[in-house]
Amino acid sequence: MTMEFAAHCPWLSDDGPDTDVVMSCRVRLARNLARFPFVSRADEAQRKELCNIARQVVLSSNLADGVIWVDLNHATARDRQLLVERHLISKNLAEADIPRAVAVSGDETLSVMVNEEDHLRMQLLAPGLRLVELVDRINVVDDAIEAKVDYAFSPRWGYLTACPTNLGTGIRLSVMMHLPALKLTSEIDRVRRAAKDLHLAVRGYYGEGSESAGDFYQISNQVTLGRSEQDLLREFDQRVLPRIIEYEQHARRMLVDDNATLLDDRIHRALGTLRSARLLGAEEAMKLLSRLRLGVHLGRLPDLDLAAINRLLLQVQPAHLQMYVAADLNSEQLREARATLMRQTLQ
Amino acid sequence: MNPLKCDYCDKPAVVHEVTVKNGQKNEVHLCEEHAQEAGVALPSHQPINQLLTQFVISQTSKGKAMAKKPCPTCGMTYRRFRQTGNLGCPDCYEAFEEQLAPLIQRAQNGADRHRGKTPRRAGASDDRQLQIRQLVRELDEAVADEQYERAAHLRDRLRGFDPQSPGSKAVAKPDDEPHQSES
Repeated sequence: MTMEFAAHCPWLSDDGPDTDVVMSCRVRLARNLARFPFVSRADEAQRKELCNIARQVVLSSNLADGVIWVDLNHATARDRQLLVERHLISKNLAEADIPRAVAVSGDETLSVMVNEEDHLRMQLLAPGLRLVELVDRINVVDDAIEAKVDYAFSPRWGYLTACPTNLGTGIRLSVMMHLPALKLTSEIDRVRRAAKDLHLAVRGYYGEGSESAGDFYQISNQVTLGRSEQDLLREFDQRVLPRIIEYEQHARRMLVDDNATLLDDRIHRALGTLRSARLLGAEEAMKLLSRLRLGVHLGRLPDLDLAAINRLLLQVQPAHLQMYVAADLNSEQLREARATLMRQTLQ
Repeated sequence: MNPLKCDYCDKPAVVHEVTVKNGQKNEVHLCEEHAQEAGVALPSHQPINQLLTQFVISQTSKGKAMAKKPCPTCGMTYRRFRQTGNLGCPDCYEAFEEQLAPLIQRAQNGADRHRGKTPRRAGASDDRQLQIRQLVRELDEAVADEQYERAAHLRDRLRGFDPQSPGSKAVAKPDDEPHQSES
């Protein structure tokens, strides 16, 4: 089976509030079905049954327009990697060797992973800071699924999850923040420390276990128990995030006001490298594109199109690059193809 | 310098833990074999922070956690949970509640009880009072935040709890009916 994907990603656009700093936001719920072992303890037959139940429930619940069901055991390795790069499935689910699947809505904003660490991991993605809207929508999705299955739930512990770190609400609110000015001014460590004090996790571009490529940081709540979804949302969305956004915007203003030459040097060096390089690694490309993104948002690169940069952020990833050139490439060929793509796009 | 030896044999120690309590330093050094016996698995690819976490968990819960009784539903043991970080089935939370409760509190910033959403479907929860309290609390929050549409929705859900009927449950109002603002 080969899947078809557009060159752009709906959550990678600038059509949303605060997209200068918050690239995208995500809400995820972890749910398990009652009367089944958790995924890691279930046997093959039970895992298959869970896939079948999920398929039947998800496809009959009218959760969103154009929902497709992807049996990941029959998907190619590249298709699975494409789904990871589009943030529709986790790396763990892509690489697992058990019956597993994902349902994806036509606009790619909703995905429901089956047999990840929990039976169901449902998530909504959107560009910019729209967590309030996403929490409302995921609640509707959750209710629709719950109307057809019994969730594992206890009055004391809430929604029961395989790992106690997701227990209770099972909710994970996260934002992908672009914090290049805080990085340039070495203030990012203060954000990290403050986030830790507030029980927030700071991760890289691909979430758990990944590094912060290109000054993109995924920030999410760690506490899931003892507070309502609305409480967690209010604190994160109204108290924590506006302060980080303001902090980054302030650092950007300071750069423009006090150190415009340094700023322009970094931005134009990035553009120069991307327009000239013959070999480019994914991480280096992300870092340089991050500088361009900053330059465009600060009005320092009036001729560049933000949509093109967003598209490139996706296309520099290995599976997307191979889809773009329609060939299987080794790592050296990937570096060359990446550099060629940059030169062609940014001339 | 010679490598440190295991506290229990002459093999080199691969797991080290130093704790200071009331000014007293306490060191534990274990070889691979004895570390595994203490509940620390040592596959070569395992990240060091995960190893340490498991060791700390295994040490802090020692004694209580040594209860070998498996979960009656899935056969999972607490020891195995400590090694993998994942429980076996929903009933494990009840089977290991005594050992799990302090661990959950540590992981969840001191929280020891769910205060969020509850399933509406029959059979999923037998604690009606908890659900009602939760809905009332959410309703108060919604009114305080001037989220009147949400408040109306919560009120409708609360009305689904008929006080005359002990078996009644919250029933969702169909979404095709517009919710009236109370303001």
